[in-house]
Parts: sequence; C-alpha cells; structure tokens
Amino acid sequence: MPKRTDIYKILIIGAGPIIISQACEFDYSGTQACKALREEGYKVVLVNSNPATIMTDPEMADRTYIEPVTPEIVAAIIEKERPCALLPTLGGQTGLNTAIQVAKTGVLEKFGVEMIGASIESINKAEDRDLFRSAMNKIGLRIPESGIATNMEDVQSIAADIGFPIIVRPSFTLGGTGGGVAYNPEDLEKYAKAGLDASLIGQIMLEESVLGWKEYELEVMRDNKDNVVIVCSIENMDPMGIHTGDSITVAPAQTLSDKEYQKMRAASIAIMREIGVDTGGSNVQFAINPENGDMIVVEMNPRVSRSSALASKATGFPIAKIAAKLAVGYTLDEIPNDITGETLASFEPTLDYCVVKIPRWTFEKFPETRDYLTTSMKSVGETMAIGRTFKEALQKGLRSLEIGRYGLGADGKDFSGRQKRPPSLSEIEQKLATPNSLRIFYLRHAFLNKMSIQYINELTGIDPWFLYQIKQIVEFEQNIHKFNGADLPASVLKQAKSLGFSDIQIAHLTGASENSIEQYRKSLNIHPVYKLVDTCAAEFKAATPYFYSTYETENEARVSDRKKVMILGSGPNRIGQGIEFDYCCVHASFALKEEGIESIMVNSNPETVSTDYDTSDKLYFEPLTKEDVLHIVETEKPVGVIVQFGGQTPLNLAVPLSEAGVPILGTQPESIDRAEDRKLFQTMLKKLNLVQPQNSTAITVEEAVKTAEEIGYPVIVRPSYVLGGRAMKIVYDRSELKNFTRLAIIASPEHPVLIDKFLEDAVEVDVDAISDGKTTIIGGIMEHIEEAGVHSGDSACVLPPYSLNAQTLNEIRNATIAMASELNITGLMNVQYAIKDNRLFVLEVNPRASRTIPFVSKATGVPLAKLATKVMLGRTLKDLGLTSEKTPLHVSVKEAVLPFSRLPDVDALLGPEMKSTGEVMGIDSDFGHAYAKSQLGAGYNLPISGMVFISVKDHDKTAAVDVASQFHEMGFKIMATHGTSRFLGNYDIPNIVVNKVSAGRPHVIDAIKNDEVHLIINTGSGEKTKCDGYHIRRAAIKFNIPYTTTIAGANAICKGIAALTRKKLSVKCIQEYL
Amino acid sequence: MKAIISLEDGRSFNCRSFTGPGEAWGEVVFNTSMTGYQEVLTDPSYSGQMVTMTYPLIGNYGINPEDIESDRIQVSAFLVKEYQDFPSNFRSTSTLADYLKAQGILGIEQFDTRALTRHIRKVGAMRAFITTHDIDSASCIKRAREIPGMAGQDLVKEVTTKRPYYWAQEKPVYIGKNVPLSKNIWKYRGSKNSVVAFDFGIKYNILRCLEYAGFEILVVPATTSAETIKLIEPDGLFLSNGPGDPEPVSYAIKTIKDLLSYRPIFGICLGHQLLALALGGKTFKLKFGHRGSNQPVKNLLTGKVEITSQNHGFAVDIDSLNGKNIKITHKNLNDNTLEGFRHRELPIFAVQYHPEASPGPHDSRYLFNDFVHVPNG
Repeated sequence: MPKRTDIYKILIIGAGPIIISQACEFDYSGTQACKALREEGYKVVLVNSNPATIMTDPEMADRTYIEPVTPEIVAAIIEKERPCALLPTLGGQTGLNTAIQVAKTGVLEKFGVEMIGASIESINKAEDRDLFRSAMNKIGLRIPESGIATNMEDVQSIAADIGFPIIVRPSFTLGGTGGGVAYNPEDLEKYAKAGLDASLIGQIMLEESVLGWKEYELEVMRDNKDNVVIVCSIENMDPMGIHTGDSITVAPAQTLSDKEYQKMRAASIAIMREIGVDTGGSNVQFAINPENGDMIVVEMNPRVSRSSALASKATGFPIAKIAAKLAVGYTLDEIPNDITGETLASFEPTLDYCVVKIPRWTFEKFPETRDYLTTSMKSVGETMAIGRTFKEALQKGLRSLEIGRYGLGADGKDFSGRQKRPPSLSEIEQKLATPNSLRIFYLRHAFLNKMSIQYINELTGIDPWFLYQIKQIVEFEQNIHKFNGADLPASVLKQAKSLGFSDIQIAHLTGASENSIEQYRKSLNIHPVYKLVDTCAAEFKAATPYFYSTYETENEARVSDRKKVMILGSGPNRIGQGIEFDYCCVHASFALKEEGIESIMVNSNPETVSTDYDTSDKLYFEPLTKEDVLHIVETEKPVGVIVQFGGQTPLNLAVPLSEAGVPILGTQPESIDRAEDRKLFQTMLKKLNLVQPQNSTAITVEEAVKTAEEIGYPVIVRPSYVLGGRAMKIVYDRSELKNFTRLAIIASPEHPVLIDKFLEDAVEVDVDAISDGKTTIIGGIMEHIEEAGVHSGDSACVLPPYSLNAQTLNEIRNATIAMASELNITGLMNVQYAIKDNRLFVLEVNPRASRTIPFVSKATGVPLAKLATKVMLGRTLKDLGLTSEKTPLHVSVKEAVLPFSRLPDVDALLGPEMKSTGEVMGIDSDFGHAYAKSQLGAGYNLPISGMVFISVKDHDKTAAVDVASQFHEMGFKIMATHGTSRFLGNYDIPNIVVNKVSAGRPHVIDAIKNDEVHLIINTGSGEKTKCDGYHIRRAAIKFNIPYTTTIAGANAICKGIAALTRKKLSVKCIQEYL
Repeated sequence: MKAIISLEDGRSFNCRSFTGPGEAWGEVVFNTSMTGYQEVLTDPSYSGQMVTMTYPLIGNYGINPEDIESDRIQVSAFLVKEYQDFPSNFRSTSTLADYLKAQGILGIEQFDTRALTRHIRKVGAMRAFITTHDIDSASCIKRAREIPGMAGQDLVKEVTTKRPYYWAQEKPVYIGKNVPLSKNIWKYRGSKNSVVAFDFGIKYNILRCLEYAGFEILVVPATTSAETIKLIEPDGLFLSNGPGDPEPVSYAIKTIKDLLSYRPIFGICLGHQLLALALGGKTFKLKFGHRGSNQPVKNLLTGKVEITSQNHGFAVDIDSLNGKNIKITHKNLNDNTLEGFRHRELPIFAVQYHPEASPGPHDSRYLFNDFVHVPNG
C-alpha cells in the first residue's frame, strides 16, 4: 500500500531528558523518524524537552517544541497545531506513557488526532501484566507466574501456586531495594516481611524465579499487511536476573540451534499479532531454561527501544526509520534497503560477524551505592564492538568502554586503583556469584586460577559457550607471555591480533612498549582490514560504507580521492560525557557535507545519531584508542582529524595522534596542553592579568593544613590523579581536610593534593565562545542558578544571565576573548568563571566543545558546532556571517536531571562531582516561566499552593528568611524543623514546627508520607546534617516531591511559582522564537 | 592441520582442517543462514557441493540426533571461519568435528570466508578443490579444474532412495523387497489422504510436514515410472527437492509429464523445476544461487511477503511459462526470479523455496495444508 494521503501533519513525542534506561537511542530513533516522515512530505511537529538532541534542531522538524514532555503540554501543542496523527512509539517509555495519558484525557478525540504505529489497546495489552499474561496464554505461550500480595496470608497462598524459588519484589520502591530470592518458606517469610515494609504502598509482587535462565531478545517489525520480519536476535551473556541494559549482550544469538531459534521467531510473530502491533518495531524478550529448553516470554515492548537501536547498528537495518514509514501506510516490500540499494526492507538481515555490547557504569561516582547488578538498570551508557569472532569483538568492546582497560586483561591495569594484588579465590568467587560491573574481569581471574568452566557456570549462570571463549583468550595470554617483545613469532602475533589483543596488551605481556610492538607488527605487515556491515553477509553489493576492523586478508575499505576529514566521537555515554558531544560530532559531519568534504565518523556508541549509517559519508564503528584510530588514519589518510567535539575522549588522543604525525584540525595540541596543564595555565592567566581562586598543592597532611589555612577555609581539595568517585570535595575545617588528605596520600603517595580556595556563595558563569584564530565571538553567557561549588553539569543555568550587571558581563567577554586569542583557539572554547563580590575569577578553560553547546545553539539559533567545523577548515567567522554575539529576547533555562531515583542510598545533595545524566530546557519570555518549564521537564511539577518544608544549615538561615517570606506571601504554608522554625519566627514568618527524624515521631518523613508536604527546601553540607537531611532528600525522591538543596535553587523556584500563579504555561515552537 | 582451498579461476585460500587430513572437491557455494548447520550438512540438495557458512562461528550448539534432514552428511566439505569445539546446548550429543570425522567429511576453518563469499558473488559458484596433503596452489587449482561442472550432471541418482519406504512416526520404514507396489500398500485408505513422494533428494522435514498435515506417505525412488504410480493409486503426488541441474533428470521429467493430469501435484525446489520442465518451461543456472534463511518471497495471491529458506543453484525461467496455462504465484523480491506457480486448470502447484524450512523460518508452512486440501477437492 502506498503512503497515506489522508494525513499530512504528524506529532512525534520525544523521550525527554537522558536518564538511566532512556538515553540517546531515542534521539537516534526520533531523528530517523523525523527525517523519514519529512522525506515523504509530511509536516512533522515534535515535542521534546531535551536540547542536546539532534531531533530538536530546528531543521529536523517543521515545528519543534522544546517543551516539557507531559500530557498537559502535549495536549496544548495538539490544540495549537492540530496534527492529524500522533506517533507515540519513538520516544521510549516516556513517549508511550505520555501518549496514553493524553489519549485518556480525550484530547485526541476532541481534535480528531489518530494514534498511529500502535493503538492504545495494544499498548495496554503489552504493558498490563494481567492482560499480557492472558494474551500469551491464548497463543500457547507462558510468562513467569506471579501475584500481588499486601499481607502475609496472600504471600503464603500465592507462593503455594508458584512454587520455589520465588522472587520477592516490593512494589513502588526505587532501585529495587528490599527484594530478594526466596528458596524456601523461611527466606520467603524474611523477604516478604521486609518487602511489605519497604514498599511505600505496602505491596509486593511474588514471581516465579527464572534466575539463571538464558535470556534472549528478538527485534521484530510488522506492517499493515501483516508482513513480519525479525531484524536481529540478541543473546544476553549475563543470564536472567540482570537487566538486559546491564548485561553484556551478543548478536546474533550464539547457543540456539535452528529449531530453538525458529520456535522463538514464530513465537515473536504470534506475539506481534496477538498484541496487535499493527505497524512498527517491537522488542520481545524470552528466557530459556538451559536444562531443557523451556521457553517463557519475559516481556514485550511495543515501540522502538534501546535494543532496537543496538539491533539497527548491529545489522545495518534502520528500525526507527522503517517504523516511521510503516506507520504512514507503507509495507515492508515497498521500502528499499538503503544499505544494499538493490533489495527491500522485507527481508531479515544476516550477519557475518559477531557483535558485542557492553554496558558502561559509573558506580565510582556514587560510592554510597553498592556495585551490584539486579533487574533494575544502573548503567548510563554502552559501547558496541564488531569482530569476526566473539573473542575479537569482546576485547574490542572492553577497550571501547574507556575505563582505562585495553582488553580483557593483561594490559598493565589488572591491579590498579584499589585492586593492588591478584584477588584471592574467595574474592573471585564472591565477585562471580554477585553480579557487578567488573564481573567480566573476574572471569579472567577465575581462569587464571584454574577454575573450571562448570564451576564458573554454576557461580554465574553464564553459558559455558561464552566462558570457553573467555578461557581461550586467557589461555592465549600465556602463549604471548612466553616471548619477549621482538622475539614474538609472526604467527603468534597474528593470532593475538585476531583474538582482539591490543598492542598495549601484547606489549605488557612481552615486556615491550606499545610503540615497539606497533613498529614490529608493521614490519611484519600485520595490520587490520576493514569489512562492511552490509545486512546480507556479502550476498549483495553494499552501497553504504559502514566498516569495522578485523584481522583478515581482504580489505573492503573504499578509499576515495576526495578531500576528507575524520571526526572522533565520544564513545559510550557516561556521566559528564553524553549526548551533547555526539550532537557536536553530528554537526561537524553536517558541516563537512555542506563544505563538500568527505566526512569519516569514528565512534563506538550504538545509541547515537553519529553512528547512524547515513550521518557521515563513512562510518567506522571502532574503539577510540590511539591504535584503532591510527589504523583508520593510515587507511583513509584524511587531511585532518577533529578532536574537539567528542569531549575528553578524543581530546586525550590529540597529543598521541599529533605525535604520530596526524594533522589535528582547529586548536592545536600545544594549546590544549596550555589549558589543561595547571602550571602553564597559571602562567597564561598571569600574563593576561586574570585571576584564579587562590590555590596551591601539598604532599603531606601538615603541608595541606598549612596551605589551607593560608588560603582560608572553605577550600576545594582533590587528588592530582583520578580517584574513583571522590575526586573533589569542599572542606570547611581542619579535621575534614586532614581526613581527606590522609586518604588521598595513602591512595597515591607520590601525587600531591590540590587545594583551591572555595568561593562560597559566588555566582558561577559558563561561557561558550567560537574563534577563527583571529576573531572570537561569544556564543553564549550562561549564569548558573546554583552557586559555585555545584558542578556546572549539575547546575541549572539561564541564558541570558539574569542577575549580572553590564560591567561584569563585559569583563567576562573581554577575558574570554583574551584567552581565546592567547590560546590560538580555532574552533570552540568554554570558560567557567565565578563572580564573588563583583570580582571575576577564572575557574577553568576547556579548548573544546562543551556540554552546553547544544543548549546555547538552541537558545540563540547559532549552530556553533557547525560554524566551528567550518572555521577549522579555514573559513572565517565573517565569511560565515557570524559577526556579533546573539543575545536572544527570550529566556532559556537548562536544568540538570539526576539519577538518584535509580540509585538506592545515594544522597541527593549536589556538589563538585557531576552526577546528572541529562538535561532539559525551558524556554519562555520571562525567567519565571522558563524556569518552571525546566522543572516540569525535569519531572518536578511545581506546586502553586500548599505546604513548603524548610530546613537549612545555619549558614543559609538568613537567606532562607527571604525565601520563606516570599512563599508566605504567595499563600503557602510553611513547615520547618526546630532550628529553622525558631529563626523564621524571629522574623515573624508563621510556620508549623515538625520533628527532625532524629527527634522522634511524628517527624518530617511522616509528614511527607502523609502527603502534607508539597515542596522541600533542604540545604546541608554533607556529613553534619547527613542523618536528617539525607532521609528527607531520599523521601523527596521516593515520593517525587519537588525539592532543592540550595538557597539559590529555592529562590528560582519562588520565581517559577510566582510566574505560574500569574499566568499558566503556554507553548511556542523554536521556529517561532528564532 | 594446514589445508588449502583452490578455485577453478585460480584463487586460493590457505586455511586449516579441523577434521584431520583429507581431500574434498565439488562446487563451492555459500549459505547465509546463521543457524541450522546440521540441517545444511544433511540436506541432499547439497550433494556435490562444498558449503561455506557466511556466519563465522559454527559448531556453537553441537550436534544432536534430531536435527537431521537425511541419513547422512551430504556436503562434500564444510567451510567456516572459526570452528567452535566447545558446544553448549542441552540437546547436543557431540561436536561438529566428531560428526564430520565419523562420516569422513572434511571441515576447514581459519580463513577469510567473507572474501570467498564475495568472490563467489562476483564470479559465480565455482568448482574447487581442498587438500591437506599437498599445500601447493598450482596443483590444487589444476585439480579443481578437473572436476566435472554441475550443469548437465544428474546428481539425483546419487541421492535418491534405492528402495521405496513409508514415512511414519518421523522415520523411514522400508518396504519389504517382496512387497509389490500397489494400492494395497496403503494402511489408512479412507481415513488419511495418501501421497507418493518422489525422492530426488528429499529432506526429512518435508516428510515430517506432510505427516503433520495428515498424509500417509510413501517415498519412491526418482526413477519410479508413471505406470507404477498408477498402480499405487495415491491421492496426491509430491515432487521433492534435490541437488543440481534439473535438465539431465530427463526420466523424472517424462514421468511427471505422464502424471500431470493424474492426481494433484505439489513440488518443492528441484521438484518445482522438474514440474516446470514437464509443463514445457525452461531452467537456467543462477550465478551463485540462493542459499539461506532470509529470502523474501511475495505471494502474489495474497500480496503478503514470506521470509523463506532456500537452497538452489538453478531456477525456472519465468518467461518460459508464458502461454503454458500457468499462473505465477510467488516471486523473489531480491531478484524477481520465479518462486512458485500453479496450473490454471489442473490441481498442480509448486514452490522454488523450502516451506518445510529446517533450517529457516516457518512462514510458509501453510502450503502443506493447502496440499492436504487439494486432494479432497
């Protein structure tokens, strides 16, 4: 059937901010959908609150609403835009849930909007556990038995039906706390009681345990003629019990015979039909009993998902794009397969390589939470690697993770950090039996300790097939280890490379240097070749150049004689380096296209737009290490490499690449060094008459105390090397300082501790600028809402600044331009300043694209990353039409989105260590409304009446008075703990006193649980108020009550609420703003 | 153990044998199925061929007694990128290497199978020779050139059953030597539809599917005459898959011609080609054939697409059926070749692909039910 002509305008709901379990894969899918629909001539209306996405670029949709993804806002957009149809399946769970809620309000019917891609009925059938169970039973499939209990009698009777072992899951606890696996009635009693208690609604789910069963996923597509194809099968190396987002996964499935695979395939198709997903992609998860092949259906997602993004990258089949085309009426046999150009989308991709996906965690940032993996996802990103064998792909994947590892092990990093010596047997057993982020490395230790595959399988539930592969890698280490560097026989070296060993590993094993192994290897003419990801295992000629490296004989790289530039991506998402950098890389690619230069993208992150096969002229899906990047450079010989867009990953490669003779485009490595090296940086600032907060270093505790006292408390201290999660801390007194310094020195005696004056209550400012080497133009000045001391990535900020005077702004501009000129910046630069008592301090200069580039570009309409790319190619800003700073008339607020709800036990206090996973943007004509939108987008519905709870540390009490009186004037009631209450009382602000947690019940948490509190203002400095403040903040998160941990935040909330009382939120698309 | 494979056009690959010393020869082809190597190995349609699996890791789930498509391995050699000698699957009873070794079939690995596949795609399926004895490309190429080509060879006679057998309860039961072939051979006359299946190299799963569809089945040698069939009086005739070029199987073409208006006929793969020839059509050799589990076929009667399992090196010329009172029912969406037809007046239909799968998707199983409903009128 051709495309529908009865609809012309389609609304797409995006996924909102990046959170754990919902990352940039939905930008990838949304961007594909926008492109696909516009290609067909449809008008696309888009709503997404996430400014760091490509999909929210003004060119991607006809009407782009960077507005909160909530039912009310979507309804307002529908009312304004009157779309013909709503496509809810591309914005993750957020998009789907929002669409359902909107539908429930009757807005769709009222305005005649048709839901396409999936019906409410089918979404409900897939999402509601009972409906899903009966649907599965109807087609002869089974899901795990389960039941809901609210008391111990229920527990007993449900348990009798299910049989042991039973998984106990408390309902409505975040991060899966309080559950467990009961193997007997005694366990059950224990877990059920604890679970009922932990659950905020006194309810637990009991479920048949399929822990340790093998886990599989199938990506399925169906069109309106009931044609169904399976795009990809995925096998989880980690068995059931670990969230698939936290599992190492492999495509295609490895340990299924055709009979078992076809049974699963047929079941997926039956599920698609029964659930009634008319068009589009779905993900179906299965568990298989390894003992007898019993199969159960775990779940089904009637939408594109993280796994579908992975499947798209793993196979070359663009699921989201095809899903969008199917939604408007096309059938699979009407859509061409872009990769081959000669076949159609109605076929099933076949792979002639092995794909391994490895999650990226950031437990080191949250030392309070245990590194322990469960059915609740904790990873923040992932990397994918492609090899001709599993072993090669696994080792490539591990070095793509960018956690300082260069393969499975034997890279000189086996005993770094806290791990000083080989782990003991019991340690290994424990790390194998309890799933954690480092388990893969302990598998190696297990084999080094001669543990048997059978025993490891018993401990981990990992299929013996995978264990044997890992064993082969470990055993081959010994083969390499037998030789000294240059004595390594060519055959051994060749085999090592085809098993995925990096030069660093080989160097470590043979006692040689990485460079000498590289030279030796090249002298033997051993180098990788590039193979194509072509969807068809070479059966057809492929048109799209999407490559991976492997050690084989035939090279399929298609080196053109065009001028070409290589862009290094940012690797797996992590806290501190996420989608914002991918956004910049994609823009670099677009800019190269506009300049007629061939673009070559190198990246290892399957979630991104940058790794879409049609973003760049060529895509190399490779680890971002010096070795892997150099190989591509040697093959492609680009005129230059862009390192300033992918965050710290490529920036760290600038020097080694430059030393290897690779031309770096834009700002040169020497300048990068001048900005990053503490001493060189200080010298530069002196030269420019700029000041930093006072700072020094110390090598002993005594020295640290002396230095700190000279500088004056509070100070920011940090080790000069990276120490897991506690890299930075603000200390207020001598004893705290001593503690910190002692630990830092114990951890690394030879490294000094850095001590900086902490500018209390200073205003922090972020500046993005662009320079062509001669002229520097300010891209945007952002004033932080939270004070200095909160990591800039965790602070809300506003553009244009709302409290700084013209003189300060000019000082900022001048300082920025002076530094850009001194550093010979060609491209982008970001500076962080603090302003205290009208004095400007330079905190940090980053000679690269910053996290705020997409936000600034959206706020001002200036595509900074694109312009920077062109500048790096030699164009001047004047040429490009950028002659002055653009200061918009509207106000844009960026708010950080934090992962605390996913991480049990983590304190929600903000500090110098970045913790946010994503961001949202609120745009409006005034600060109050823009801020309110940013809060709504981040998931906080600001109340316009009710009770504000205030409890602040002494330092903040005076400031709290002002805040409290504002709330009082707006008609809020105020509740406060004793100290704060007394203080407010002194200023005649009426308030209700409530007990602190430590002062007996009923206390503030009871009030929160009883729904008496609607906003929480709670500041604390960490340790001292931890006991009480911590519980209050965790309760705020659990009950999703808007809260702030800073006075500045409280003030902004006041303004937001005041604005909301004045005028309800309205919507406006960015095309109207710009 | 070191080995070499040389192609008739002069290209050689150094590789290694994972089944010990040996030599093998035949036409080298590739199969793109990611699972189902045991079914591929035992599919009689591969007689005379050396099969390269494009999926690089083969042997993962071992070998089991159930997933066989005939009584022995049929390929002349098996080519993979990385053989997996540590299988893991609850049904596995042996390794792939042991299975191949027990039947004297050479397995080779550790070479660029994608390069070989691309070469075949560009140049076409070719004769090739593998040896572990004399690792010399010149002599190996020479030996590859001495192998007879596929075109014009009757490979059916190599694989067809020597004696008729019943297929019952998922296994063959041979008919006693002295039992004459007549209508008395049927045990369930009246309660089950009966079918005579011509064995041109039949896959067991076709028989399993016919059995599930409710047929009583008698499998007969390819050379069985039309007269004999008429003595047996089956309700329907089935023409099986099989290896190689259909044209030289002239005896079968003649038999089919004689039976065209006798009973309903269903043909698969080689059976489809022989039927087309019997109806006056023509066949030709494809450049490198269709071998895999992901071939999209459009059912022109319903407009739906089936993902099909295929294994054939020859095809029916779609235009040659013009004016033969034939309706084209299925087409391949990749290259628009003929995938199925039915006669406009007679109850005759056939498909080029494998609805019985094994390996491959089950999208087309409905054809067996279609067949069971044809004989009843």
